[in-house]
Amino acid sequence: MAFQAWLAECTRSPRKINKMLETNNLHKSFEGFKALTAIDFKLNEGERHAIIGPNGAGKTTFFNLITGHTQPSSGEIRYKGNLISGLKPYTIVKLGVARSFQRINIYPRMTVFQNVQVALIAQKNQHFRFFTKAHNLHKKETEDLLELVDLSEELEDIAGELAYGKQKQLELAISLAADPRLLLLDEPTAGMSPNETMESIQLINHIAETRSLTLLFTEHDMGVVFGIADRISVLHHGQILASGTPEAVRQDTEVRKVYLGEEIGNGPA
Amino acid sequence: MTDPMTRSTLMGCVATLVFLLSVPLFHSAYLIDVVTEILIYALFALSLNVIIGYSGNVSFGHAAYFAIGGYTNAILLTTYGWALVPSFVISILATISAAGIVAYFCTRLTDIYFAMLTLAFSMLVWAIAFKWRSATGGDDGFVGILIPDLIGDRTRFYYFTLILVTASVALLWSICHSAFGRTLVAVRENAVRAGFVGVNTRLMRWWAFVIAGTFAGIAGAIFGMFHRGMYVESAFWTQSATVLIMTLLGGMFSFFGPAIGAATLFILERITNEYTEYWPTVLGVVLLVILLFLPDGLSGLARRVHAFTTKNK
Repeated sequence: MAFQAWLAECTRSPRKINKMLETNNLHKSFEGFKALTAIDFKLNEGERHAIIGPNGAGKTTFFNLITGHTQPSSGEIRYKGNLISGLKPYTIVKLGVARSFQRINIYPRMTVFQNVQVALIAQKNQHFRFFTKAHNLHKKETEDLLELVDLSEELEDIAGELAYGKQKQLELAISLAADPRLLLLDEPTAGMSPNETMESIQLINHIAETRSLTLLFTEHDMGVVFGIADRISVLHHGQILASGTPEAVRQDTEVRKVYLGEEIGNGPA
Repeated sequence: MTDPMTRSTLMGCVATLVFLLSVPLFHSAYLIDVVTEILIYALFALSLNVIIGYSGNVSFGHAAYFAIGGYTNAILLTTYGWALVPSFVISILATISAAGIVAYFCTRLTDIYFAMLTLAFSMLVWAIAFKWRSATGGDDGFVGILIPDLIGDRTRFYYFTLILVTASVALLWSICHSAFGRTLVAVRENAVRAGFVGVNTRLMRWWAFVIAGTFAGIAGAIFGMFHRGMYVESAFWTQSATVLIMTLLGGMFSFFGPAIGAATLFILERITNEYTEYWPTVLGVVLLVILLFLPDGLSGLARRVHAFTTKNK
């Protein structure tokens, strides 16, 4: 089986063999506390990969390392084969890695339109244009993105006054405005109602498909995980416990031990 | 900070400009002098608001750039006998350079640390102006600035000021409403998020600081010529505090707010000084009122009144 997989890997086009994201022996500790230990992680192009694990397992830390928000204690991170550990967030975004946040992270006093527009200005490297009028800049593109996340009605609303679920969608639109190849979503449905969650799953799948994105996301809701992911990694105490297809992870005895008593994969949806 | 210019703002601008153009027609030397000085302070306050309102940092040392512009222009015009245009241009370049260097250090920090560092640098500028007697006149001030005859008389100087200030404000307006300005507001609102959409937030703040310093330098250069002298008080922290209060009084979340604040505070000071010598006490009360009742200044108050009246129609 392993041999066959290896053979399949080798016969693919060279571009395909290139990993979208790869971490080697990645460590992160905060003042002695080991948040992440020896993470060897691989993400293929086009994959929709979920990272699950209990609170404090290191999921958000892992995201922060990949996106340059914090620097690894040791080890390396490669994006499309290039070393990105040590780069600033704004440089990593430009390479094609965008993210959303677990806690809402928008520009609260700006309008919904402006929230997305700024991301487009940055994506097109226009944020040092001192005499390009901002008004109506990238109007069409901004409105298209907001339509995609179903916020067409709220263009002129103040972002901070939107309902929680809508703010989450706005976050997604901001992340997409960066035109990523790899999109990291930190708990994309946290705090949403079951209905909103269902819609979000469809939306995320739709976006990943139409934009041929590679997706890496964390999630507590197993319904969401199994609704989107084609691969799952389990993070526990800062280490990867298991990694594989949803079916394989579900069967893994180690994983079952960690989630003692919790049924994996029988969540809603 | 909505754009394009709303109709009421546009009408306000036109009305203000018409008034400003007609000020010399009243044949009051006092009025011309007061309005000239208000124009200078308005530009000074508007420039500060690029840092405060748009980039979201409080500077306690904005007088430094006002003073650098003022002193450089004074020295070049008088000590070296330069013509106005080159002197003015070099003064602006000097301000830009100083602001650029200071901004390099200040933008490493945020919040109170940023504020303290701007204060420290401005005290440095003050100390230089104070101690370098041979160049600046020290605490006697730099008196007797020579200005070209063309703008030598009161009315002409007034129009000279009006043209420069109007052009500067127009330039500031377009910068604040450009792609840069929009992104700067995003940096103020959420610097972390702005970083994750690809914005080098520190560089953005650096530019904001330099732009603010530049226009403060222009204001300072005009100020020196208007008074025919530069004095160390212009570099002192109290001057930074005054312009800060002007900005807060007018409202930092509105482009023209600080100009309104400058005019209001200046007129208030003039009136107060007619009756009592306790201007600092009055200033303290003004500050209290702003902090307690007008968190977004007079322009914020106007907006709320407007919202209230339209709602009850």
